[in-house]
Amino acid sequence: MSVLVYVENAEGKFKKSTFEVVSYAKAIADLLSTDLIAVSIGTVAQDELNVLGKYGASRILNISDDRLKTFVNQAYATVISEAAEKEGADVVVLANSFSGKGLAPRIAVKLKAGLADSAIGLPNLENNSFTVRKTAFSGKAFALVELSSAKKVIALNPNSHQLKEIAAEGKIEAYQPEIKESDLRIKVTDVVRATDKIALPDAELVVSAGRGLKGPENWKIIEDLAEALGAATACSKPVSDAGWRPHEEHVGQTGIAVSPNLYIAVGISGAIQHLAGVSSSKTIVVINKDPEAPFFKVADYGIVGDAFEVVPKLTEAVKAYKSHS
Amino acid sequence: MKILVCVSNVPDTTTKITFSSDNTQFNTAGVQYILNPYDEIALARAIELSEGGKSTVTVIHVGESSSEPTIRKALAIGADDAVRINAFPRDAYFVSFQIAEYAKSNGFDLILTGRESIDYNGSQVAAMIGEFLDIPSISIIKKLNTDGNSSSIEREIEGGKEMIKVDFPFIASCAEGVAEPKIPNMRGIMSARTKPLQVLEAKEIEKLVSFKSYSTPAPRGSVKMLTPDETEKLVELLHTEAKVI
Ligand SMILES: Cc1cc2nc3c(=O)[nH]c(=O)nc-3n(C[C@H](O)[C@H](O)[C@H](O)COP(=O)(O)OP(=O)(O)OC[C@H]3O[C@@H](n4cnc5c(N)ncnc54)[C@H](O)[C@@H]3O)c2cc1C
Ligand SMILES: Nc1ncnc2c1ncn2[C@@H]1O[C@H](COP(=O)(O)O)[C@@H](O)[C@H]1O
Repeated sequence: MSVLVYVENAEGKFKKSTFEVVSYAKAIADLLSTDLIAVSIGTVAQDELNVLGKYGASRILNISDDRLKTFVNQAYATVISEAAEKEGADVVVLANSFSGKGLAPRIAVKLKAGLADSAIGLPNLENNSFTVRKTAFSGKAFALVELSSAKKVIALNPNSHQLKEIAAEGKIEAYQPEIKESDLRIKVTDVVRATDKIALPDAELVVSAGRGLKGPENWKIIEDLAEALGAATACSKPVSDAGWRPHEEHVGQTGIAVSPNLYIAVGISGAIQHLAGVSSSKTIVVINKDPEAPFFKVADYGIVGDAFEVVPKLTEAVKAYKSHS
Repeated sequence: MKILVCVSNVPDTTTKITFSSDNTQFNTAGVQYILNPYDEIALARAIELSEGGKSTVTVIHVGESSSEPTIRKALAIGADDAVRINAFPRDAYFVSFQIAEYAKSNGFDLILTGRESIDYNGSQVAAMIGEFLDIPSISIIKKLNTDGNSSSIEREIEGGKEMIKVDFPFIASCAEGVAEPKIPNMRGIMSARTKPLQVLEAKEIEKLVSFKSYSTPAPRGSVKMLTPDETEKLVELLHTEAKVI
């Protein structure tokens, strides 16, 4: 028995969300009194792989195959499931990322494993059952799902498990899986990554704005605040529908659900569909000129005022704070 | 070309989500159900691709008879025919298996789903069907173009995008950008009543997961209000009290 974790990389580097997943998987391995094995696919340098040991992977299976340089989910699913079978892993853990969403369901079907997607907590093993809490109804609620199959797959939401370093090293092993031609039917022809920007789903700090900003030409104040904080930018649905901001910034029930430490909402009224996507933020700050805006009801801190006046001041305050600390 | 679009029936986005007193059931009383918003996007693209009469668009839904209004809406928007697998859609594994079994015996070139259902949000169904059928699955796509053989797809990834080429058959789950949802017109609504809707019985498959109970997020403490002049104090509080910066 063991726990297997798939460690996603972006351009050969692991992101914080990957280490979160490893820490989470290690905690599960501890619960089950077993070892954690990591599977890395792609071109990742030795130094980078070594870091996985620090988060609890006792062995690291390194798969470096030219055909798997880009993310081909069907082939990746085969490789990960095969490794799970070979290592006798009962639990497979991965990130509930865009790629994870293309991978976890395929692995679950291959292993005939129950899948808990969007997991936000460690499994509960009381009474011989295996239950996991996940978000449901687009962030409006949580569901407790029981995985009754022999094998289990869990996809962990970003920002839902604390990193934990341990004093240990992992053993890196080259692993050569079998790859079927029929698993390579998609061709990734290009990958574009904005490396200078923080990706919204993983962001710890988010500055978001709505229709209150009046037009796309006014987003500079939002970008300045985000830059001063080191935050990602986001928006409400009407803003992306109008083409003021790209779709991938749209937060809410029909957009991205985020769970940052800090969500600053500027000129957003707080419609139920928007709140669904932000309710698991740790701290919410609302800036709105209307004291009756529903968003204040779910905020931790609020300022009633004009965004065009308050936001630049806040940016200055953040800069002053950063230069002192 | 034959296109299959998977549609789910979900609580309207304005629904306040509540549960039975023992927290094991979702309270459906008074809840308005709608066609899942992402499925509208998938359906709109399917209809666009079928324009000119070269293709047919079938919608499939796994659910009980209470979801027929949603199926009729999909027909009104422009699907040619519909299939309902008559069963409670207990989880993604069950739903995907039913759809895959139907697709196996009817041969589709392209299967589209929504990015996720807004009730269970699994984002599971497309990739599971792909696995059951052993065909490529591409999750969370933002663009889909095809020349009849090969398709070019843009998929979202964290902080960027990926371009993909793939031949039929394949399955993809659609997000915003793929198409604009279509609003049914009067003719569509009239013709939807007479378009074929086939009802089939579900097949058995083992149960791997069960939903045990539900809860709602804990209410936040009361909001601390500051004046527009207190931005420095806000930063201070975010540091010392909230400890988020
Ligand atoms: C099926 C469906 C799905 C939806 N999904 C989503 C979703 O996922 N995400 C989402 O966001 N919405 C979603 N919506 C839309 C949602 O219902 C609201 O319409 C939307 O969230 C409102 O956006 P907003 O707050 O930016 O704009 P508004 O509601 O217009 O609010 C603008 C706010 O700005 C304030 N304001 C104006 N000027 C200033 C100023 N100078 N300074 C400070 N404040 C100012 C106003 O007081 C107001 O509160 C959905 C709707 C439907 C029907
Ligand atoms: N009961 C169902 N019947 C048909 N299609 C469904 C059903 N449930 C989900 N789907 C499809 O699968 C997509 C993803 O759903 P989910 O995996 O539940 O997030 C939806 O957008 C639909 O296209």
